[in-house]
Amino acid sequence: MSQAKVPTWVNIALIPILNILLAFLVSGLVILAIGENPIEAAGYLIYGALGYNEGIGYTLYYATNLIFTGLAVSVAFKGGLFNIGGEGQAYIGGLGVGLICLSLDHTMPFYVIAPLAVIGAAVFGAAWAYIPAYLQARRGSHIVITTIMFNFIASSLMVYLIVNWLKEDGRMAPNSRTFEESAWLPYLHELFSPLGIDIGDSPLNLAFIWALLCCVFVWGLIWHTRWGYQLRTLGTNPTAARYAGIDTAKVTIWAMLISGGLAGFVGLNEIMGVNHNLLLNFTAGYGFAGIAVALMGRNHPIGIIIAAILFGALYQGGAELNFEVPTITRDIVVVIQGLVILFSGALEHMFKDRIEGFFIRRAVA
Amino acid sequence: MTNKTMPYAIELRDISKRFGAVQANKDICLQVPAGTIHGIIGENGAGKSTLMSIIYGFYEADTGYIEVDGKRVDIRSSQDAINAGIGMVHQHFMLVENFSVLENVMLGAEGGALLKGGVAAARVELQRLAKEYSLDIDVDAIVEELPVGLQQRVEILKALYRGARILILDEPTGVLTPQEADHLFRILKALKDQGVTVLLITHKLREIMASTDNVSVMRQGEMVSHRETIHTSKEELAELMVGKKVRLTVDKEDAQPSEVLLSAQNLSQFDSQGVKRLKNVSLALRAGEILGIAGVSGNGQSELLSVLSGITPMDEGEIHFAGQVINAKAPKNAAQMRDLKMAHVPEDRHKMGLVTGFEAYEAAILGYHNSPVYNGKVLMNRKAMLDECNARMAAWDVRPPNPYLKTANFSGGNQQKIVIAREVEQNPDVLLIGQPTRGVDIGAIENIHEQIVKLRDAGKAILLVSVELDEIMALSDRIIVMFDGAVVGELDAKDADERTLGLMMANAHYKEQEGEQQEGVSA
Repeated sequence: MSQAKVPTWVNIALIPILNILLAFLVSGLVILAIGENPIEAAGYLIYGALGYNEGIGYTLYYATNLIFTGLAVSVAFKGGLFNIGGEGQAYIGGLGVGLICLSLDHTMPFYVIAPLAVIGAAVFGAAWAYIPAYLQARRGSHIVITTIMFNFIASSLMVYLIVNWLKEDGRMAPNSRTFEESAWLPYLHELFSPLGIDIGDSPLNLAFIWALLCCVFVWGLIWHTRWGYQLRTLGTNPTAARYAGIDTAKVTIWAMLISGGLAGFVGLNEIMGVNHNLLLNFTAGYGFAGIAVALMGRNHPIGIIIAAILFGALYQGGAELNFEVPTITRDIVVVIQGLVILFSGALEHMFKDRIEGFFIRRAVA
Repeated sequence: MTNKTMPYAIELRDISKRFGAVQANKDICLQVPAGTIHGIIGENGAGKSTLMSIIYGFYEADTGYIEVDGKRVDIRSSQDAINAGIGMVHQHFMLVENFSVLENVMLGAEGGALLKGGVAAARVELQRLAKEYSLDIDVDAIVEELPVGLQQRVEILKALYRGARILILDEPTGVLTPQEADHLFRILKALKDQGVTVLLITHKLREIMASTDNVSVMRQGEMVSHRETIHTSKEELAELMVGKKVRLTVDKEDAQPSEVLLSAQNLSQFDSQGVKRLKNVSLALRAGEILGIAGVSGNGQSELLSVLSGITPMDEGEIHFAGQVINAKAPKNAAQMRDLKMAHVPEDRHKMGLVTGFEAYEAAILGYHNSPVYNGKVLMNRKAMLDECNARMAAWDVRPPNPYLKTANFSGGNQQKIVIAREVEQNPDVLLIGQPTRGVDIGAIENIHEQIVKLRDAGKAILLVSVELDEIMALSDRIIVMFDGAVVGELDAKDADERTLGLMMANAHYKEQEGEQQEGVSA
């Protein structure tokens, strides 16, 4: 029982923090190599992401998308399923939001459109996850392969729909008309300003609150409901699940439906919250980044919020850094994100043995 | 035996291996003269496979060493074993199914980056080997298109191609038809004539008697005796294999069996390869009796439990239980069987009975998680789960009595108590119980046995599957013996002794009669 002597905070805090610091250290070397000052760069990055109200707003706006996709990955993962299709499910979820908004924004008030849009996002995202789920559960096609393929199909489908059906007449740009304001999710700064609180002008909108509610929902669902119990049994020991009489195919399909629905909520933030029209490629890789977020957050809602904010800060701080130091391009920022994923995901256990050994020796001494 | 000055082909000195609390091999000594066929026999779990894995370099022994041709060798990997001239034919073939025979044989010994030269050389060498050992085979045939017997021949050729002078065969006839098995033994004789030393691992007495020169018996991790095959008999080997262990006694009254609670007719089941694993099994289980299923592990008992409990549907036959007829057209899953008041303590608590990542109170409701007792309107009632877990831990003396501890961190006996308590406390009518005391310490065994008898006395019907003969004899009121997926005998527990059961389990006399009948027919 040597494991028992390692304090919990070592595993859940010290090791992840060390991994991230190491990622930043290597990033610093990269920046040094292109002839810039890493300390200065880090300053811009941190200030840009967390140093002032607007920056924080942008960071949380990016984090909103990552919370949705991170939760999506973690729900599937709890059932032993690796959903790589968050990108496609988010894209189609956005289609659901867009269609609701386009068809109702002239006739309905916000409080009718908003709940319908939430349902639309969930139903469309879930529907896109259903086909791979069915193929996995009933036909044994591997979910990793099918969900990856469905990302490409989603991408082609959206191009077809937007260019041929939803594009605004007489315009070149491949996007739909702008929604009426009744179909806009209010920005948080607009909600806060009447109360006399200035949180800075940013795209952060009501979808962030919904993301936090989803975290609570996922936490309750997985750890406090019968369905979550079945899901975790299936994910950790499928043989025991069959022994317990759990309908594994049904649980598999529902896990993917919920996963796809959560990913679909990205559409709320992007389409209804910020862009206010249906456009191409608004998912911008959030579905894939969600995998890293879930991995770093250890598939727990609290961890996912923290990891999503970290990645959101990298997006926002990175953009700021690129603005201030033009030689540090978007691509270098992507390299830094990649290093964080590499050290906290793929190389997660690099120091684990040594650090745990240190604490065990200290406990023995 | 043979020339005393010749060193042994392979000699094991005091090999020991321990996995956690299990002593898999204990001070094993073995001497195998060159050019002989040496049988190693023992029940499943006796440590045969572990020993062979040590010889072939899959595991390293904790203590002891191996000599080949009188020289000590250090075997840390299968490559070391191959270099020492040891080859192995595994129970489950290690072949690339869509490669040809030639490609399979040269796999790992390609002889260079480009295949062409290697292929030509391998073809010549393979033809020479095939001729020398009379192992005829089409070297360009695709392996998956070959019958199982020929696939095994490819495995043997693979070992010989790598220069094996010592060949280990692990349960080689498990997958063969009797005719293919006879052919295999002729090949082994031919190999022996060419000076190859053969180690044959099996639990089938007939094969030992038919093909070996010497035989060693393993029991519970120890090598208990060595015999020359001509100076022993099936009966003696059966007795040595099963052993005369201290008979565990359980105080129990005579059974008062009443009405039949569960009956099964002609249950059959096929595995994914289409092999019939369960063959027309019929049985009746009465209230107030313990029906023991004896048999060497892997003879259909697991499939029987799996079908009876609803985990896998049967392919043929039907079950009558609780007023329902359950068959392939109207199957019931494990949850539905539980609803009809059937409980099941599975054979393997790690793989099936528990989710080892769960905390004890969560694992303690597995299978009963739909019960209203543990559920509120939306959320699960964690307090009810915890209260019940605490109460059961106290009643069953589970240590430590901590419902939050991960089930993986309990000892085997305490894990088993969690599983048995879970199933028994639901007050079932029928209890299926597999290997109730596997890996459980002596004190806990007594406790578990008492609980099983208590259930019987309360009028429950109990089906007990165990590979421990002692346990079967101590607990059962009636005993059914299974062999090769079928019921081969039934007797009253009062008439059962270890030798009779052992012979029935190895199907020694039945098989022989059958063989004679077959010969009679064909003559």
